[in-house]
Amino acid sequence: MTETLHIDWTRCDGRGLCTELLTPLLGRDDWGYPLVRQAGGGGRGNVDIDDEYAGAAREAVQLCPKLALSISNQAPGVRDRRRPRTSR
Amino acid sequence: MTPLTLGPTATAKLRGPTVTHRLFAAGNHAGLDAHVEAFGALATHDIDGTFIDAVESAGLTGRGGAFFASWRKIAATGSARAGTPFSATPFSAKPVVIANGAEGEPLSFKDKTLLAHAPHLVIDGLLAVARAVAAGQVFIYAGSTSIPAVERALAERPEARRIRVVEAPHTFIAGEAGAVVNRIANGIALPFDHRSRLSDSGLKGRPTLVFNVETLAHLALIARYGPAWFRTEGSDRDPGTRLLSVSGPAGQQVLEVAGDLRLGEVLASAAVDLATVQAVMVGGYHGRWVGPLDYQLSPTGPEGLTVQPGAGVVHVLHTSQCGLEATARIVGYLANESAKQCGPCMFGLPVMARVMNALAHGGCDPRLVGELDRLSHLVTGRGACHHPDGTAQLVGSALGTFADDVKAHVAGNCTKTTRRWHD
Repeated sequence: MTETLHIDWTRCDGRGLCTELLTPLLGRDDWGYPLVRQAGGGGRGNVDIDDEYAGAAREAVQLCPKLALSISNQAPGVRDRRRPRTSR
Repeated sequence: MTPLTLGPTATAKLRGPTVTHRLFAAGNHAGLDAHVEAFGALATHDIDGTFIDAVESAGLTGRGGAFFASWRKIAATGSARAGTPFSATPFSAKPVVIANGAEGEPLSFKDKTLLAHAPHLVIDGLLAVARAVAAGQVFIYAGSTSIPAVERALAERPEARRIRVVEAPHTFIAGEAGAVVNRIANGIALPFDHRSRLSDSGLKGRPTLVFNVETLAHLALIARYGPAWFRTEGSDRDPGTRLLSVSGPAGQQVLEVAGDLRLGEVLASAAVDLATVQAVMVGGYHGRWVGPLDYQLSPTGPEGLTVQPGAGVVHVLHTSQCGLEATARIVGYLANESAKQCGPCMFGLPVMARVMNALAHGGCDPRLVGELDRLSHLVTGRGACHHPDGTAQLVGSALGTFADDVKAHVAGNCTKTTRRWHD
């Protein structure tokens, strides 16, 4: 099953760990933020992850120092009970 | 604060077939008596799920800029969609309905005008939607200047007692739907990362409907007079009327016009001398510059023939002004108004503003245009809201509409102003 890796831009600080773990999928922009090479469902904050990169994607989620990454099995917009953050 | 003026009533000469008087029919600063006399009372307790069908037939789309079909938004809430009996819906899952009167766009003032003069129409629409979806909580979100009129109107209506008023800060981004929900939930009027639609999961995880106040005013009229009446103005692809905030060298006014109107007719209705018009920014700072005036104002339609009205901003650029300078000022403002939460927007917009400024003020480097294109592409779609996307759209339209000026500037002169580059 194709999974989607989602970047929460409000948390991402451009540390770049994900771009090292997933170099074929994620480049870096002028300021170091991840640049999705091929946008998945839901635009340029999402990248489709097939089996080949599933392990590296999970590692990226766990290692992201800003907790800015998440993986879901569904296209965005289906169901997500996360709430607005309570602080910046 | 600019004075609130009602275009159609400001001067008699503006009256014409293209100017309609639906939303302001109760007159200036209408209280409940004037409101009921003009429109008749709306029995909101009679509203049920069939209201959604009426709204669908009417074809009303959101007047806040996104043009989402209003009936779909109402139908999207869980209880309405599943047909669950209202009594069986647990309170915790009951939908939230929010009237959005925040108007951070500097050139937009139609929502403030509407709340000042026709607050009861907005409240009617809000109560109708709240009833149709069996809402648990109902809010009006508006800037500080609008709140006194809103509270006066609410005090006149016992049935509106449960509506809570929340103040919107005067920032550009405060009216973005996510920022609205975040403000009410957490006191912070900033967009947040939400992968699901707010109508699925918004305020505290509840289905949440955020409606522009003008949309609610139209809904109040549809609830009274029905979809066929609504469609007597406008066209099939853009039925009904819409409010426009018209501004430019000749001052500013709010107009209510039929949907799908030609831009030239809009300006004529606003008594703008068409010979002095160089270009028009339609849709505001996240909108587009367009040159010829034969565009139709419609949410849908072929590009090149139609221009989306966005939240109803129509701003005239005088023939003596430089469109690149105007755009550079706006992009600088937008960069400053970034919520500075998302990197591509926080860093990308200031760079775009610098490059745009260089192009406007004699950078004389043909690579500036390519750099603007590259930056626009880089920031688009990479944020929690559409602030970078809207900014990129305005820049792209400026490079197209003012293509001759771009050539002149790159060659070292400006054909529109006599200003020298470095004085």
